[in-house]
Amino acid sequence: MTTRKKVLEKLEFVKDPEIPSVSVVDLGIIYDVKVDGGSVEVEAMPTFSGCPALDIIKRDIKNAIETIEGITSVEVKYIREPIWTTARVTDRGRVQLKEYGIAPPEEKVGSEWRVPCPYCDSIYTTMDNIFGPAACRSILYCKSCKNPFEAMKPVAI
Amino acid sequence: MESAEYRSSLIELVYQLADDDFILSYRGSEWLGLAPHIEEDVAFSSISQDLMGHAALYYSLLEELGEGDADELTHARSPEKFRNAVLMELPNGPGSYLEEPNYDWAFTVVRNYFYTLAKKVRLHSIKEHSYETLQQIVQKISIEMSYHLMHWETWFDQLMNSTPEARRRMTEAIDVVLKEMKGVFSYGDDGEKIVHLSLIESEEILTRRWKAILSEKVDHPLEIEMSSLNGRNGKHTDHLERALSTLSEVYQSVPSAEW
Repeated sequence: MTTRKKVLEKLEFVKDPEIPSVSVVDLGIIYDVKVDGGSVEVEAMPTFSGCPALDIIKRDIKNAIETIEGITSVEVKYIREPIWTTARVTDRGRVQLKEYGIAPPEEKVGSEWRVPCPYCDSIYTTMDNIFGPAACRSILYCKSCKNPFEAMKPVAI
Repeated sequence: MESAEYRSSLIELVYQLADDDFILSYRGSEWLGLAPHIEEDVAFSSISQDLMGHAALYYSLLEELGEGDADELTHARSPEKFRNAVLMELPNGPGSYLEEPNYDWAFTVVRNYFYTLAKKVRLHSIKEHSYETLQQIVQKISIEMSYHLMHWETWFDQLMNSTPEARRRMTEAIDVVLKEMKGVFSYGDDGEKIVHLSLIESEEILTRRWKAILSEKVDHPLEIEMSSLNGRNGKHTDHLERALSTLSEVYQSVPSAEW
């Protein structure tokens, strides 16, 4: 197995502490992994610029990769371009978000933001607050099953 | 980097952008637990957190430009080195966070709405033409800012079309904010260079665009003034000094502590 592949496998276990069901890979925040002998450089994309988890994620990525045998140095940096958008969340990430009770980001962004309830799939939902408990999440309410739920705030360029 | 002059003008502009967001984020955080209702507490603190993130992006650029560590820039810089407009440092209202915070929600809504709209106009100009790394940062900030603008616009519209008392208090707040709004568009004494080097368009052009958008909504003369000091030149009210001393209290107690 190549070192790059080993690194990516390790990254499957690194989670955003505010969304512990989805790996950083499935959140789409890993842009590139460069391996040069024993040194690894990871380019990551910040989700929201004020996200307090950014430093924690950076540390966790570094710690996870350092456990691989033969790795001598790890550098993790957040890049400015390209910009992370919610379209980068993988299909598996979308399923995992929903399992955790967070409606995955909708493909279509704009006035027609239809967010099905992650519990009952009803589309009779209303936006309670575009801002939620974390920078990347909004608060919605399902009129069918009467549950409040969270959804990933859509980010598009 | 082209020349020493280009570099110093760029640094000047980035300080202005950074310090505006930083100080307004601090003022926003003082509202935590005091906003009109719990949904607003969630929203406003999220916006303040975003603003702090925007400031952090600008400070990271200043770090790269050799201005020193971001933590020191925010916590150990003296007030006269801050470049925020005076509008950002004005207190939220009478009282303090700990004692009788009789904060003014109308003023807060107007300050945030007028500033966010000005920020949109500013960032749009930078996106068109400026220093490349600054353009990348601004691209990211713009996406998050669009939600802020939507939020403050909703509050503004609702209160302007609410009860006569709400309308009166909003109108008074508009007058207060307009009296310092010119300071937001100012680039300070070295502003001509910033514009000449195409880092951003002129104060006049940006002010005109801002007024054009706002005049469709507000039936109120939009004469802007800078009635106290020009923060872009490092001139500030005592409010800034007090705000900085509060926000840096923990840092100053043990500057070497790991965060």
